[in-house]
Amino acid sequence: MKKKLAAILTLTFVVALLISSGVVSAQDKVTINWWHINTNTAERDFWDKVAQDYMAANPNIEIEITVLENEAFKTRLVTVMQANDPPDLFQSWGGGVLWEFARAGLLRNIAPELEANNSEWKNSFAAQAALDLFSLDGEYYGVPWTWGAVGIFYNKALFAEAGLDPENPPATWEEFLAAVQQLKDAGITPISVGELEKWPGHFWWVYLAIRLGGEEAFLNAYNREGAFTDEPFVQAGEYLNQLIELEPFQEGHLAMGYGDAAGMMGRGEAAMELMGQWSPGTQRFFCDCEGLGEDLGWFPFPDVPEGAGDAADVLGGGDGFAVGKNAPDETIDFLRYITSVDVQAAAADVWVVPVVKGAETAIADDPILMKIIEARNNAPYFQLYYDQFLPPAVGQTVNDAVEALFTRAASPEEAAALIEEAASFEMD
Amino acid sequence: MSATRFRVLPRNTQPHAASINWNQRFDKLFTIALFTIPGFSIFLTFLLIPITLTARYSLYEWKGFGDLTSENYAGLGNYQRLYEHDVFHQAVEHTFIIMGLSLLIQLPLALGLALLVGRGELPGRRFFRTLLFIPYVFSEVITALIWQYVYHPRNGLANYTFEKIIPGFESIPWLGEREYVLYAIFAVLTWKFFGFHMLLYMAGLQSIPKDLEEAARIDGAGEWNVLRFVTLPLMGSTIRLTVFLSILGSFQQFVIVNVMTNGGPFYASEVMGTYLYKFGIQRFNLGYGSAIAVVLFFTTLIFSILYQRFVMRAEQEIAR
Repeated sequence: MKKKLAAILTLTFVVALLISSGVVSAQDKVTINWWHINTNTAERDFWDKVAQDYMAANPNIEIEITVLENEAFKTRLVTVMQANDPPDLFQSWGGGVLWEFARAGLLRNIAPELEANNSEWKNSFAAQAALDLFSLDGEYYGVPWTWGAVGIFYNKALFAEAGLDPENPPATWEEFLAAVQQLKDAGITPISVGELEKWPGHFWWVYLAIRLGGEEAFLNAYNREGAFTDEPFVQAGEYLNQLIELEPFQEGHLAMGYGDAAGMMGRGEAAMELMGQWSPGTQRFFCDCEGLGEDLGWFPFPDVPEGAGDAADVLGGGDGFAVGKNAPDETIDFLRYITSVDVQAAAADVWVVPVVKGAETAIADDPILMKIIEARNNAPYFQLYYDQFLPPAVGQTVNDAVEALFTRAASPEEAAALIEEAASFEMD
Repeated sequence: MSATRFRVLPRNTQPHAASINWNQRFDKLFTIALFTIPGFSIFLTFLLIPITLTARYSLYEWKGFGDLTSENYAGLGNYQRLYEHDVFHQAVEHTFIIMGLSLLIQLPLALGLALLVGRGELPGRRFFRTLLFIPYVFSEVITALIWQYVYHPRNGLANYTFEKIIPGFESIPWLGEREYVLYAIFAVLTWKFFGFHMLLYMAGLQSIPKDLEEAARIDGAGEWNVLRFVTLPLMGSTIRLTVFLSILGSFQQFVIVNVMTNGGPFYASEVMGTYLYKFGIQRFNLGYGSAIAVVLFFTTLIFSILYQRFVMRAEQEIAR
């Protein structure tokens, strides 16, 4: 009887020991929670492979990936931020939204790692302006991994059909308006835009504001020494109205989302689209076809010679990953792996416009991406999308105000006043 | 009388009786507590506490993260902003337009169909009953997506159909025109919800004793008069209920509008729900959003209480 009891006790003890040792070894394993929004199969698979490669090389690390659709991600991120529990590594576009999180103390400063060894990691970035969007007051909270410029994608075949020189796209706003008219006269839809989602339209107004006011006007308004009712911002509306007057957009553009609009470009139903670097892939995805291939061209947003901005100033943006405040140290090492030349070059084969020096060779055979990288790297003034750079409430108001211009529900002055009203409330 | 006589007895054995009394009372309280605690704790956690917190947040200029500090205490500032914001006025106006149209079009339509398929001898009424109820079965998001295709400006079913029927019809971007968008959305809301009201009316119809209508007919009343003076008055309680649900539904509408137009173009289809989401949550103004929620909450609460008190109560009095 006693023996039996002893045996049971011993067994219990051994089992308990086994369980507890199991717990210990599980605790030794570091878990990194990683949220990204690349739902597209090829892109998702690529990140899966990156995580697996890294885990294979670092067996003590467990990377848990959560893939979310863009809008779902934004909603869920705000929820976990409010719960004071950010993911370790997550999608970010830098700028105002990220700074909002940083000010609330929800992010981890990775400046020590970035600046270690004579800023070795920091200097590896070709797109320094992009990296700066992830920093606030000398601290860094994340890094970009793909970065590009917004420009005009155009269909060379349709240009030729309308009697325009496909190799010599319009360089100034005046030439551009003339080209739009010529396309329209030839019975071609000049521009496709998915204004239902608002941000595709906001590119037009913001680019005009950049050309007309340059960096100075924007910084003045942003630092609240000036205002969004200043001359260039009203003029941007007036110039945009010149375009809207020509009715260059596809029929029903106010009720069509970006996907619809991209599909039209891909099928050759519209001649131009003002869009970011991801456009060719999206066009192919939504037209459910091969896309335009060789017929697709790219040119920078036309110059406005009378404006204060430089013709080489660029509006753009991309994707980065930011680091949450509770992230283990290993997260930063993994982030560094993501932005290593090898991973960047491999990613460039799939969809990424690389941000580190030496990785761009992977896309040397793609003339459009090379042009975009050149525009991005050489811009005297690089402006992130307003709806990401400005505080969220102001950015959203810019989108609404531009929509008002598109629907002709407001005058350029009223649109500018709408933005200024939000800005004075949020930023003064 | 007998009660007074018995009262003498406990007085003699007071200490003992009191303790029993106490025990009994405790037992009773304990039982009450035992039964109410689960329900009450759910009520507390998921209703009272959130409402109180929301009311508190509404007094702060708060982004949604970080602590509430005396620095960002705004008093009634959020409410004042809300009161002055013309987009909010538009949202309220649109909410009331949808409400009015629901009461004037959607409910009569549902009632008419209920009279057609809810009873009587119409051939195939079972089939139609099922068919008409189907839209209500779909989730709101799916409904919105289906109708986005119907209204698609380039190859939508609506434009296609009109082009075939009406010669020379020019396709309309239904959701892209500020003048039409609210009515286009109302059509979807009607399509989605009339089946539900029809179902309630059918249930109401079945509870009407046939003899009353028969009696009216024997007395020489025509079908219209039977409907007007017998059937509809007896349906009163059901009609009042559907009016109540329809008005509350208009206050709460969010999903279909948000998916189909996101309140646009330029606020033309904004309703109170989408306004809250857009200006409160999407713009990181949780304090302001809470103020909107509080206003929405009290509007519906006061409406519910008044409606229950005056309209539903009237009905009980009639019944008595």
